[in-house]
Amino acid sequence: MNPLDRYEPLVDDVDAFRAACDRPLPSVVRTNRIKASPARVGDAFDEEGVAYDPVGWHDGLFRLTDGNPGGNWPHLHGWTHGQEEVSVLPTLALDPQPGERVWDACAAPGSKTTQIADAMADRGTVVANDNNLGRLSALRHNAERLGVTNTIVTNQDARNFSTKPLAFDEFDRALVDAPCSCEGTCRKNPDVLDEWTLDHVHAVAGIQKGILTRAVQATRPGGTVVYSTCTFAPEENEAVLDHALATEKCEIVPFDLPLETVPGVTEWDGETYDERVRRAHRVYPHHNDTGGFFCAKLRVGGTEEEIDGSDGDADGSDGDADGSDGDAGETGVAR
Amino acid sequence: MSDPDRDEDRSDADRDGHEPTNDGQRFDRLPATPADREVAGRASREEVLDWWDERFGIGRDVLAGYSFWEKGAGKVWVFNGEAADPSRIEAIGMAFLRTRQEHWKPTTRAVQRFGGHATRNVVELDAERASRFAAGEDQDLPEWDGDWGYLIAAHRIAGGTAPIGVGLYLYDELRSVVPKGSRADLPVVDR
Repeated sequence: MNPLDRYEPLVDDVDAFRAACDRPLPSVVRTNRIKASPARVGDAFDEEGVAYDPVGWHDGLFRLTDGNPGGNWPHLHGWTHGQEEVSVLPTLALDPQPGERVWDACAAPGSKTTQIADAMADRGTVVANDNNLGRLSALRHNAERLGVTNTIVTNQDARNFSTKPLAFDEFDRALVDAPCSCEGTCRKNPDVLDEWTLDHVHAVAGIQKGILTRAVQATRPGGTVVYSTCTFAPEENEAVLDHALATEKCEIVPFDLPLETVPGVTEWDGETYDERVRRAHRVYPHHNDTGGFFCAKLRVGGTEEEIDGSDGDADGSDGDADGSDGDAGETGVAR
Repeated sequence: MSDPDRDEDRSDADRDGHEPTNDGQRFDRLPATPADREVAGRASREEVLDWWDERFGIGRDVLAGYSFWEKGAGKVWVFNGEAADPSRIEAIGMAFLRTRQEHWKPTTRAVQRFGGHATRNVVELDAERASRFAAGEDQDLPEWDGDWGYLIAAHRIAGGTAPIGVGLYLYDELRSVVPKGSRADLPVVDR
C-alpha cells in the first residue's frame, strides 16, 4: 500500500496533498552566515550566472532553479549548504543563542548541527551526536566545509547518551530530529514510500520515545527541547509527545513558524492524545510547496509555575536563524 | 569504544614511570608554552599563535578565544566551546594545522575560515587562475616575489577577497594542495 493513503483523513485537500507529493522538490541552499551574508551569496550567484529564486519566509534560503547546490563558487567557499526548506524549521523553533550548550541528538549528516552553530554565531558549544559512525564522517565534512568551530562530535546511542565525555552535564537546549519513516521526504526520495512498513513505524516510535525522554532528562529545567520528524505518522509524532508528557517533567509550548501549518492531531487509529499536542505544527507539502514535516517545542520542567524563576524563553521561538538540511530522520540510533 | 579510564592511567607519567606520549585516540589540549610541554614533540599554544601571526599576519587576537587540541600525529584542531580535558570524542571543532614536521601546514578549511584575516603570504589569483587552482591544478607563477612554502590562495568574489585554499609555492610554481574531495570544476567568472 501507499502509506500516503492512510493520512488522507488528516488533510484538508486530498487531491492537492497527493499532487504535491508527486512533484519533485526544488534544490535549495541555506546561507552559512558564519562565512557570508545572504546578500553576498546573492551577489556571487549573480556574478556567476547561477539562477535562483528567493524563499519568501526565510531570507537565507535560495531556490536554485537549475538544480545543483554544489558546483558553484559560494559552495566551494562554504558560504552555502544544500538543505531542504522545511528542514530549517526545527532550528528556528530551537532558537539557540550564542554561548549556550546545545545537544543535537541525531545529528548526521549535520545540516541542522551547522545551522545551530550558525545561529549561535559559532560561539558556545554544540554537541553533535549520532549512533552511525559512517554518517558522522559526512557531518564532520559538512561542519569543516562550513567553518564551524564550536561543535563536539560524539558517537553514542542517543537513548543512553552519557555526558561523561563533556565539560558539563546538562544542556540549555536539545534538538531531537528523530529517525523516522520519512514519508515527508517522498518528493526528494520516492523510495521511502515503497520501503514503508507499519512494523517499522512501531519499532522506530519506541526509539523516538527513548531519545526524546533522554533529551528532556539531559536539558536543564527551563531549557528547551525541540522534537521534529519528516513523517506524517501520528504514531511517530503526537504519540511520542504524549508519552513524554506522561513520563517526564515537561510541557509542550506554543510557538510560531514562518509558514502555513496545522495543529497536531489528538485522535488517531483509536488512540487519543493529550490535548497539548495540538501546539505542535504539522507541515503538509501542498500548503507551502515543501516537503512534509512535524515540529514541536517543549519546555523542560513542567508547567510555567513549576519552573518559575528559570529563563522562561522557551516559547519565544522566532526565527532569523538559518537553515539546515532536510533528511531528518535516517540518523540517530540503530534500528 | 575503549575504556576512558585506561587512558587516564596511560597519561599519568608519575604512576608508570614513563614519559607521557601522544595518544592518537584522544584529544589533548596543547600546553600553554613550550616550558609547559609534557608530551615530546607536541606544539604549544604560544607557538601556534605565533605561527599564524608570523606566517600570515593573522593576529593573535583573532585566535585568542579558541583552544587548540592534538589528536593523531601532529594534527592540531581549533575549538571555540567548552570541552573536557583530555577528551575521548570523535571530533572537536575543526582540524586546522599539521605540526610535527619541518614546515607546518594549515588545512584548506582553516584557511577558508580564518584566511580572510591574513595580511601576508596571500596570493590573489585572477579569475582564470582561481578556477584552475580550485580544480587542483599546479600552475607557473614566476611573478610571485613573496615567501616560498605554504601560501593562502585567494580571489575576488562578490565585492571582496575570499581565500580558496592552501597553495605550496616552490621554484616559480604554485601547487594547489586543495584535497581531492574538495576540488571542483568551477567557471571562470570575470568580476
